[in-house]
Amino acid sequence: MVYLDNSATTRPDPEVVRVMTDVMKNIYGNPSSLHDLGGKAERLIKQAREAVAKTLGVSPRSLVFTSGGTEANNEAIKGVADQYAGRGKHLVTTEVEHASVHQVMRQLEDRGWEVTYLPVDREGRVQVEDVKQALTEETVLVSVMHVNNETGTIQPVEEIGRLLKKYPKILFHVDAVQSYGKLEVRPADWGIDLLTLSGHKIHGPKGIGCMHIREGVKLTPLLAGGGQEEGYRSGTQNVPGIAGFAKAAVSAQCKRKAATPAHYRWKTSLIDRLTREWEEIRINGDVSEDGGAPHILSVSFPGLKSEVIVHALEQEGIYVSSKSACSSKGEKPSRVLMAMGLDEGTAVGTIRISMGLETSEEDIRMCEAALLKVIPQLQQVMKVHGR
Amino acid sequence: MKDLILVRYGELALKGNNRADFENRLVQNIHEKLKPFPGVKVRKTFGRIFVDPGDHGSKPVLQALSEVFGVVGISPAKRVASDMDAIREAAVHLVRHRQSPPSTFKVVAKRADKTFPHTSQEINRTVGTAVLKGVQGIRVDVHQPELELHIEVRGKETYLYGENIPGPGGLPVGSSGRVMLMLSGGIDSPVAGYLSMKRGADLEAVHFHSYPFTSNRAKQKVIDLARMMTRYGGTIRLHVVPFTEVQTQIRERCTPSYLITIMRRMMMRISEETARRQKALALVTGESLGQVASQTLESMNAINDAAQIPILRPLIGMDKQEIMTISKQIGTYETSVLPYEDCCTVFQPKSPVTRPRVDKSRELESKLEVDRLVREAVEQTEQICITPEQTEEFSYF
Repeated sequence: MVYLDNSATTRPDPEVVRVMTDVMKNIYGNPSSLHDLGGKAERLIKQAREAVAKTLGVSPRSLVFTSGGTEANNEAIKGVADQYAGRGKHLVTTEVEHASVHQVMRQLEDRGWEVTYLPVDREGRVQVEDVKQALTEETVLVSVMHVNNETGTIQPVEEIGRLLKKYPKILFHVDAVQSYGKLEVRPADWGIDLLTLSGHKIHGPKGIGCMHIREGVKLTPLLAGGGQEEGYRSGTQNVPGIAGFAKAAVSAQCKRKAATPAHYRWKTSLIDRLTREWEEIRINGDVSEDGGAPHILSVSFPGLKSEVIVHALEQEGIYVSSKSACSSKGEKPSRVLMAMGLDEGTAVGTIRISMGLETSEEDIRMCEAALLKVIPQLQQVMKVHGR
Repeated sequence: MKDLILVRYGELALKGNNRADFENRLVQNIHEKLKPFPGVKVRKTFGRIFVDPGDHGSKPVLQALSEVFGVVGISPAKRVASDMDAIREAAVHLVRHRQSPPSTFKVVAKRADKTFPHTSQEINRTVGTAVLKGVQGIRVDVHQPELELHIEVRGKETYLYGENIPGPGGLPVGSSGRVMLMLSGGIDSPVAGYLSMKRGADLEAVHFHSYPFTSNRAKQKVIDLARMMTRYGGTIRLHVVPFTEVQTQIRERCTPSYLITIMRRMMMRISEETARRQKALALVTGESLGQVASQTLESMNAINDAAQIPILRPLIGMDKQEIMTISKQIGTYETSVLPYEDCCTVFQPKSPVTRPRVDKSRELESKLEVDRLVREAVEQTEQICITPEQTEEFSYF
């Protein structure tokens, strides 16, 4: 089996599983309990928080563990909206955000907020100038993802952060779920006030996420309760999840340096091979080393249905994705790809191949061979004429 | 072109033997502080210290040096061959890569070596012109420049430095002898410890632990605070005194309004004995005059009466706000405010006496077996050696 759907989720690192198993067996106290079993769990969380903080170059106190990326995105945006409604009622985001940002924005529109959805270029990138133009006296938050989950395009978050430094009252949220563990993420240096991370995209467990909240930023919590996580996130902490997250974060940090150049290399060679075979296909997003994440490749086969390609590849033992996993069950073509100017016929024939830290060169070669085998068959059935 | 860091220290105040002691101690402390950066070189030369950050880059090393007492100023510097082209290039580089680029500058050149073929004036002019050309928008201001770019030609090598990052000042830790800090876990005592280290004291700390009336988390908090203080003074020996027996005895036998006074007198005795054993010459406390009931002058009198050793109170003239500011700056505040019971709050009487009397304290205390209690507490004290490197409890990450 060749697993190339790592942007949907990753296989937990065996070391992560070992740590979590050990924690579940031995460190099962409630971190809020006063006795030493609780104290031990509390100290474990502290050490885990410090380990994660180091990977980002931020203070451990700025990190809050959540149930995942979706919760962190909800908390960041709704938390700011509730806390700072007095400053204005305008939010800025892009047309290509993940559903857990996009849908939150839609909800807030229903609650009377004005939201600007910035367009993107053919590569799926937002223009810093457009961000600047969109800002008004009423703007309280700008939310832009770091790496797009469908195409891998890197957004100019560093430049946007620099721009927003001139607007101290406007907060900047970055969804870094797809970039953390793959690219450098430096919220403090980049002027990012709120940052979203997720565990299961970096060979950690599902059900755990993390947000960085810059010191001085206040958020209205989504959940009311026992006041855990400095009151930002009530509910007994997911101790094994937090330990697993930290383990995965540290280990991704170590392995990234070797994996990144290899991923770029394999991706480039796959693109070369595919475009040589079919000139009508479209490679989506920016695939350059400066502009695209190393691990994601989005390819459109006009005239074919992505779902069919996914299943055909599955028969060959290759697991890839149609659009992003979270939205791939819908019938509609991808909102992100449409925003990039693809026509519907091309958008619906798009698959995403995404690598993880366990991906090998052999995996990519097998994927290439499988595509070269199944695509012509499908094209024949669908009467799509290649060359 | 070699990147170096120039460390300046308070040379003016020192004379004779003191100066050599001071310098040696400072170099030793810098070595100790830079242990986490293997390969870093520290060299004392021309009455200053040059640090070669090696592969680590200047930034983390600059940060570490800014936490060493005795350091008055730190400057990123460059060493080049004594050659006009190399000097010019290094000068432009230094100005361009300053943390905040200056809008005005002047060049101050010095020739220790008169064989260098250009006079200081010529160096000033040539380098000044190069910087004007190489850095956009910069102007010369000979009277109040934002940046004084120093160039020192010394034989075959020339040193350049500009930006002066202020250091913490003070005296190198260890140059003033040893003190024993009474570390409670509150906001004040870590600040008092910090300030005594700033004046060159080598620090040990004593903490009173009343399990089960105070929790192990309270003890861990004190260990964490002590570790934070090692940033400024290296390894700290922490003495954790079992205090439960003393507190219960006082509670059983003494008048409630004098509980705190007598408890503190007992703490003084135990601390004094611990200090004597460790060859510390003074106690340090976080008291500030009139802050709480136990810090009135009457109270200090009643408490001092129990000890002979000098008691230093570095916070005596400070307001709570000022203390909190330092506490935040040295990074202990957030830990200090964690809400665990400490031994002073557990047995807090409803109405403590604010003006305790010495004779009354002595009289009430006569019901206690003072000598036995002190001896047993000191003998059962746990010593913890706290180093800057955190020994992680869990090996998971």
